[in-house]
Amino acid sequence: MEPFITMTAPTCALDMANIDTDQLIPARFMKEPRSVGYGQFLLYDLRFDDQGQPKTNYALNDPKAQNVQIVLARRNFGAGSSREAAVYALVDYGIRCVIAPSFGDIFSSNAINNGLLPAIVEEADCDRLFDQLNGSFQEASVDLTAQTISVGALRVSFDIRAVWKKKLLNGWDDIDLTMQEKTEINRFQNAYFSRFNWLNR
Amino acid sequence: MSSPQTLFDKVWQAHEIKQDDTGQSLLWVDRHFVHEGSFHGFAKLAERNLPLARPEQTLAIADHYVPTRARTLDGMNEKVAAVIRTLQDNAQKHDVELIGLESYDQGIVHVVGPELGFTQPGLLMVCGDSHTATHGAFGAIAFGIGASEVAHVLATQTIWQTKPKQLRISFNGKLPFGVTAKDMALHWIAKYGADFARGYAIEYAGNVIEELSLEARLTLCNLSIEGGGRMGLIAPDEKLIEFLANCARTPKGDLLEIAKEYWRRLKSDDDATFDQEIEIDVSQIAPTITWGVSPEEALGVDACTPDPAKEKDSAKARQIADSLAYMGLSAGQPLQEIAIDRIFIGSCTNARIDDLRAAAEVFKQGPSKVPGIVSPGSNAVKRQAEAEGLDKIFKSAGLDWVESGCSMCVGMNGDIVAPGERCASTSNRNFKGRQGPGSRTHLMSPAMVSWAAIHGHIADIRHLTNTGSH
Ligand code: SF4
Repeated sequence: MEPFITMTAPTCALDMANIDTDQLIPARFMKEPRSVGYGQFLLYDLRFDDQGQPKTNYALNDPKAQNVQIVLARRNFGAGSSREAAVYALVDYGIRCVIAPSFGDIFSSNAINNGLLPAIVEEADCDRLFDQLNGSFQEASVDLTAQTISVGALRVSFDIRAVWKKKLLNGWDDIDLTMQEKTEINRFQNAYFSRFNWLNR
Repeated sequence: MSSPQTLFDKVWQAHEIKQDDTGQSLLWVDRHFVHEGSFHGFAKLAERNLPLARPEQTLAIADHYVPTRARTLDGMNEKVAAVIRTLQDNAQKHDVELIGLESYDQGIVHVVGPELGFTQPGLLMVCGDSHTATHGAFGAIAFGIGASEVAHVLATQTIWQTKPKQLRISFNGKLPFGVTAKDMALHWIAKYGADFARGYAIEYAGNVIEELSLEARLTLCNLSIEGGGRMGLIAPDEKLIEFLANCARTPKGDLLEIAKEYWRRLKSDDDATFDQEIEIDVSQIAPTITWGVSPEEALGVDACTPDPAKEKDSAKARQIADSLAYMGLSAGQPLQEIAIDRIFIGSCTNARIDDLRAAAEVFKQGPSKVPGIVSPGSNAVKRQAEAEGLDKIFKSAGLDWVESGCSMCVGMNGDIVAPGERCASTSNRNFKGRQGPGSRTHLMSPAMVSWAAIHGHIADIRHLTNTGSH
């Protein structure tokens, strides 16, 4: 995976709490293979009307939103299902960072595994960011090492678990890391099955 | 002397292979369920050309996309059928046991696992589905994972996790008539928020938990994720151990006795501490329904919808207004005036035999005024319900008695609520569009769904006793 260190990109403010995974990608699109590109399904029912036409009043449909790579939202972003497809939709759309006061737990780990930064900001800082953007699609600069986000003159800091920061900064992949622990895993496995002998099948 | 431990600590410790310098633990996974949606995980494995580490600890179940009107792929939407076939192919290729569309044991993964005794106390279980927390009702650490993690577990039989904080929710008092595990869950989530338990493992305790049936415990743990908790646990007791002793997939003979001895030790020590504790007096809980588009937007059935104009916090006021608009409701509307268009009785939350019995009992009062489907949580539940004649009650109430699967909980198989339609549902998510584009969902207990069906609008199940009619 590509390491994530810093980025500067246009930012879209979605002024909503509880943007859940069913909204990020409705279930009916999830039978598609990833190769079709999941970006087209992102927030589908919010972006398109029932005729499949783009809703003109939706922020992401604004012509100025074309190169958006950062999303700002309210609390509990990505709550709900474990569908990694919600992260695929964001990533395939071009989003590399979501800023919100809180995230669904499973969403966050899925995000990290796909190089997407879930940046946790204080509620008050979130308000300030919304005010600063004020419906524009201004560029924000995100610095993962310093854990800061700047928009114009405003600078706020964000939170992220140390281990996730490390993984993003290095572009690490879990499977590679774990494969190096093979001896330890085997040793554990043997001890485990002799202790819990009713589980050995 | 070892320091006091919680149930969660004990199970976690038994699975910890190592800890890295960031505090993450590498954990051994006892059981891994995969379903049709896990095709992304298998695809990642194929990209790297990796074999399964422990196929014998993996179980494939077809549930999310399965048709509920027939048990065959013939005549199905080709893309849906392809997803089900992919699961079959992956199971075969990797030598994984499959409980497929046509299997005797088919059902929803979170119903089948506990039912067969595949779910046991002290295990660490994962599945690419957020309601995996359900299995914690049997004293296991069980949680939902994403596709990258699915691939990781398939390849290594382990998973990296940061140990969550711990929250104990104690339910005490006497459960009033008409109040069930579903109401207990919606109540605490509404009171504390849909992200309250984010970062926590929940242990449910208190006298009410001890009294709950095993089915009701599964319902309660199932909804942990709707309150933000990735896992919810209940300590095993004799009721559970007795049940497990007779399950197909539990150890037998001497091994069972050894296992039982271990299971009995799986409970939080008296002086164990939690990072956070809350206590709920269940006598204060009313039958609870959701009015909005998040499980936290729930109220007692005798309440009215909230008024955004009365909310001081402007972000909250906007959220309320947005939810009311999506749901087609106005501020201050009595919940009991809300007319419904259809009902759904099913899902891994409320489609076990207890749930169907409770729902059927209510339909003895009269037929449903709206169409709806009843989808048992598994074939075993279906067989049991039919043996008890519950299917006849549902059918004569005017409902469709269909096969088991996720069905209208998520609509992946085509069982959907039409745009703008309002559904009283026993499932777990009232998110926008969850049951189909534009669908409006009100979550409630099985008895409350049936009672709403009989009236054609949301109604208070507690009146069932007041009328005295039986
Ligand atoms: S019934 Fe619904 S919540 Fe349960 S596993 Fe199926 S889709 Fe998920």
